[in-house]
Amino acid sequence: MSFISLLWVLLLGSLLGLELIGKVPPTLHTPLMSGANAISGITMLAALTLIVKAEGNVPLLIIGSVSLGFALFNVVGGFFVTDRMLAMFSRKPSNKK
Amino acid sequence: MNPPVIIKFVIDLLAVLLLALGIKGLSKVKSARDANRLAAFAMSLSVVGLLSYYLSTSGIAIQSWIWIIIGSIIGSLFGAILAKKVPMTSMPETVALFNGCGGMSSLLVALGVAIFPISDVQENFDFFKSLINEVSISVSIFVGAITFTGSIVAMAKLQGWLSTPVWTQSKVRHFVNIVFAVASLIAFFDLIKGNTSSIWLLVIVSSLLGIGVTLPIGGADMPVVISLLNSYSGIAAAAAGFVVDSQLLIVAGAMVGAAGLILTQVMCKGMNRSLVSVLFGGSLSAQSTASSGSGEYTNITSCSVEECALTLEAANKVIIVPGYGLAVAQAQHTLREVTKKLEQNGIEVVYAIHPVAGRMPGHMNVLLAEADVPYEQLKEMDVVNPDFPATDVVLVLGANDVVNPQAKNDSSSPLYGMPVLDVQEARTVFVIKRGMSAGYSGIKNDLFDLPNTSMVFGDAKKVLNDLIGELKDLGVGEK
Repeated sequence: MSFISLLWVLLLGSLLGLELIGKVPPTLHTPLMSGANAISGITMLAALTLIVKAEGNVPLLIIGSVSLGFALFNVVGGFFVTDRMLAMFSRKPSNKK
Repeated sequence: MNPPVIIKFVIDLLAVLLLALGIKGLSKVKSARDANRLAAFAMSLSVVGLLSYYLSTSGIAIQSWIWIIIGSIIGSLFGAILAKKVPMTSMPETVALFNGCGGMSSLLVALGVAIFPISDVQENFDFFKSLINEVSISVSIFVGAITFTGSIVAMAKLQGWLSTPVWTQSKVRHFVNIVFAVASLIAFFDLIKGNTSSIWLLVIVSSLLGIGVTLPIGGADMPVVISLLNSYSGIAAAAAGFVVDSQLLIVAGAMVGAAGLILTQVMCKGMNRSLVSVLFGGSLSAQSTASSGSGEYTNITSCSVEECALTLEAANKVIIVPGYGLAVAQAQHTLREVTKKLEQNGIEVVYAIHPVAGRMPGHMNVLLAEADVPYEQLKEMDVVNPDFPATDVVLVLGANDVVNPQAKNDSSSPLYGMPVLDVQEARTVFVIKRGMSAGYSGIKNDLFDLPNTSMVFGDAKKVLNDLIGELKDLGVGEK
């Protein structure tokens, strides 16, 4: 990928993000923040790349592994905690109405 | 293009699509839970895509597998345990902690690549490409470090482990932070010039900058800061995407970065604060107590729980205004018991939710949902405000600034212009509060002085428990 096309990717990704969060009811601000936060743990892919390409370089393997751990902590924890919050909402409307 | 490249391309594209749909779905109550799972699925898909790509091309060494498994098991395990165990009231600091770790991850990736250049990059070395590489590494380190230390400080402050040091409220902190910022810039250019050792300087000063910027910010503004740091962690991920040449990372990071910015803006609006004043204005309470004397209360009426129960029993319509204090006292379940009793007596009960009630926008909804409050009883500010004149009793529980009429009446007040709940319009207002201390803003609340307001002093949970007892004695809710 050339640098220029990566910049295009960056630009379009940002615009997509701006568009996606148009109107959100305040109720969902906390879950949305927490869900988006989990997605930002996508750096786990970078950590994986680092480990795969380390070619036996032990310090690099360790850095990659620690980085992967931090990222997955963010991802797994983030999605679980978001699910926990949202589970409370989705239970309600079925009770009443 | 050979098959593995095409397959990875398709998987990445699919993952981006699903992530976008996930974020979109998270903004609607109905679809939110499925959307969250969809996003989680997209993330796992992207991992499968990446690993299968390497398996079918260069292969993955056993040693790499070992480190992958160690890292993922430890990280996922701790993440899952924390997510299951943490109480709903400490959601803001939990999000901050997760967020900080995401930033740390980006920082470590960039550090790793910087110290041990990956073979790919060196093979087709050309000046332009290496320049881009240096820049993206530096940005990733800079933003990642700020995200990490900033989030950790935010978490520590929300947990009450850290208070706001006095010196951070003076002008000195701007000077200190400018020094850190300039030092980061110097390290940044030094790094680009090829002096790799300045990478450590960059790590240190950007970490200090993250602390220096977050430390002076007061508790009320913390949610905004967390949201902003969340946006930063997206940017850090995007920068890491440039480092390892991954479009997926760039798109996902950019999406989170942009979405986080929008969310930050929405929160600022709800609190009548500009982002600039949140970041550079320091803690609001320190400001206002210094500038305007908060004034004395002249006409406080305090009353007993018994009186409160009697008034509630005679009411037709009751509005509950829950706030931060309720969350701290963990009294949402007790509150639900009180309202159940009232409902059984045919009293209409509604919860008025200010956009920033609780400790984060939407946090109060989560807490009340946890206590089984029906979703339909939660009313947003704009919907509920016209109802106050027709309301018999308003119960204010641990909320303060969001019910301060000053925001509407007194143009000299720092709160002026902030959207508030018009509780004073109701016939009777009970404010359940521990003492006469001021809210976040440190500003006197004119509501407390009004003739139709009575204060019930005590811990929210204890008062509500007493209230249940009194209501029982009155035979409310027992048919």
